[in-house]
Amino acid sequence: MPRLRWPFLRKPAASAGQPESGLKRAHFNEWRLPFWLLAPQLFILLLFFFIPSIRALVQAFQLTDPFGAMTQWVGFQNFERLFRSSVYWTSVQVTLVFTLAQNVLTLSVALLLAFATNHIARGRGAYRTVLLLPYAIAPAIAGIMLAFLFNPRVGPIAQMLQSAGFDWDPNRNSMHALALIVMAASWKHICYNYIFLVAALLSVPHSILESAYLDGAGPIQRFLRISLPMIAPTLFFLVVINFVYGLFETFAIVDATTRGGPAGSTSILVYKVYQDGFVTLDLGSSAAQSVVLMALALLLTFAQFRFVERRVNYSV
Amino acid sequence: MNERTPVLDIVCHLILLLGAGLVCLPIYFVFVTGSLSQQEVMRVPLSWLPGDQFLTNTMTVLRSANFGRLLLNSFIVACGITVGKLAVSVIAAFAVTYFRFPFRLTAFWLIFMSLMLPIEVRIVPTYESAANVALPLNILGGWLGLQALVDLDWNMVNTYPGLILPLIASATATFLFRQFFLTVPDELCDAARIDGASAWQFFRLILLPLSRSNIVALAIILFLMGWNQYLWPLLLTTDPDMSTAVIGLKKLMPQSDSVPTWHLLMNAALLTMLPPTIIILLLQRWFVKGLVDSGK
Repeated sequence: MPRLRWPFLRKPAASAGQPESGLKRAHFNEWRLPFWLLAPQLFILLLFFFIPSIRALVQAFQLTDPFGAMTQWVGFQNFERLFRSSVYWTSVQVTLVFTLAQNVLTLSVALLLAFATNHIARGRGAYRTVLLLPYAIAPAIAGIMLAFLFNPRVGPIAQMLQSAGFDWDPNRNSMHALALIVMAASWKHICYNYIFLVAALLSVPHSILESAYLDGAGPIQRFLRISLPMIAPTLFFLVVINFVYGLFETFAIVDATTRGGPAGSTSILVYKVYQDGFVTLDLGSSAAQSVVLMALALLLTFAQFRFVERRVNYSV
Repeated sequence: MNERTPVLDIVCHLILLLGAGLVCLPIYFVFVTGSLSQQEVMRVPLSWLPGDQFLTNTMTVLRSANFGRLLLNSFIVACGITVGKLAVSVIAAFAVTYFRFPFRLTAFWLIFMSLMLPIEVRIVPTYESAANVALPLNILGGWLGLQALVDLDWNMVNTYPGLILPLIASATATFLFRQFFLTVPDELCDAARIDGASAWQFFRLILLPLSRSNIVALAIILFLMGWNQYLWPLLLTTDPDMSTAVIGLKKLMPQSDSVPTWHLLMNAALLTMLPPTIIILLLQRWFVKGLVDSGK
C-alpha cells in the first residue's frame, strides 16, 4: 500500500471567520476533552515512533557488541565505516537502479493503460476491475508469484524463455534477479498509478479537449499536447510516491523472491538495514544506515510538498 | 465530439486486454499450481490446465501448515489495526479542528512528523520498543539512579497487541478526517450548541454520522494494508501460532535442501489473497474513493 501517506496538507481557505489555521470558526474552548482525545494517538506515537526514532539517532553514534553487553560512544565512526564499505555502495547502486527502473516501468505502463481506458467508450468498468486486482494482493505474494513464474526449474515463463534459447537464471545471474524484483514491484504498483492517472485524465476540462478537436487535433495529439501537461501535478505526485514505494515498501518483495541475492546484487538499502540489524547483528552500522534512510525519507517528504503542493497548474 | 477512430479503438482494447492478461496470468498460475500434485508440478513443461488436487492441497495446507490459525491471526490483526487506527485518528482530528486549547498546533505537528519516517527506516529500535514496552521507564530509571526500583519487563513479541498497537497511530487517517471536518458547515456546530449539546454529543450525534462514507472508504484501505503487511509481523512473531498468513507463506517457500512444495505454497497463497480480493471486488467504488482521498 501503498502505505497511506503523504496527504496534501492543503491550507484551509483563508475565510474571514477563520481565527487560527485549521481551527473551525465554531469551536469549543476547552482543554480537558481534547487532551484525552489526543492522548491515545500521541501516547502510541511516543512509544513506537518518537522514542525509537531518537534511539536510532543515538545508536548511530554508539558501538554495541552483538550481545548488548557493552556500549560506547564512537562519534562518526559508524558512518565512516559505512561510507567506506564497498558493500554499502553496491547496495546504494542497486537501490538506485531498482527504484529508477521500477519508477519508469510502472509509470509508463500505467500511463498507457490510463490513456487506453480514457479513450475507449465501452467496457471501462470491466477493465478497471481487473487492473485494480493487484492492489489487493500482498507485496510478498506478488513476489512469490513472480518468483514461481520465473523459477528456472518449474516456472512456466522461465521454461518458455529457456526453450527460446535464453539462459534465464535469477538464482545465479544478478541482472536477472534485479529484473525479477523490478517486475514484481511494478506488477504490484501499476494499479495504484493507474487509478490516479485515470482520475486525473477524467478531470481534464472537456471544453479544452473539444476546442483542440475542432482545431483538428487527433486523440493522441490531444493526449500529448493537452492532457499530459494538465495532469503534470499528478505525474509529479506519482513519481515521488513511486520513489517512496521503491525505497521503503519493497522489503517484502525482495525478501520473498531473491533475499538480497545472488551475492547481494538485489540487497536494496531497506533490506540491508534489516540484514545488518537482525541477521548479522551489526547494530551500529544498521543504526547509521537507518539515519541515512531517515534523511532520504525527509528529503522525499520535502520534495512532495515542494513540487506537489505548489501544483504545476494550468487551471482554467 | 463525434470522431471515429476505429484503429485506435482496437489498439486501445488490445492494450487493455494485454494489461488485464498480465495481471491475471500470475494469479491464474497460482490457481493451477495450487491444484496440482507434487509430481505434476515438477513435470516440464508445467501444465496450463488445473488438476484435481485443489481440495486435497487445501486440506493439507489448513491442517499441517496450520493455515487456519494463521488466517485467523491475519483477520484479527487486520481488524484490530483498522478499528484502532480509525478510532484514534477520528478523535484526534476532532480535537485539533474543533477545540481551542494550548499546544493545539504542537500536537498537530507532532502527529504530522510521524508521516516522515516509515517504520522501515527505524526497524531495530522500534522492535526493541515492542520487545519491552517499559524500556523508556527503565532508561529513565537508570538516569535517576533508581535502577533497582525500575526494572520492568513487558514483552509484546508474539502477542496481538504487539502486532496491532505500534501500527495504530496514523497521520494520514488523522489528516483525512481533519480535512473532512474542515469542510463541515460551522452552522451544524452552532445549531447543536443552541440545542444544548455538549462537544462530545455533537461529535457522537452529528460529526460521526456525517463521516460515515469517509470511514468506510478508509476502513477498506486500512484492512487491506493490515492484512498484507509483512515486515512488522515478520520481526514480531517467533511463535508459529502467532504468525500471520503472509508470513506463513514465507515459511512454505521451497528451500534449497528440501523437496519443493510449490503446490502447497500456491494453494496457501490463493487462500491468503482471497479475502482482500473479495473485498476489492465487492466494494470497488468505496475502495477507489478511499484510495484517491488518502493519496491527496
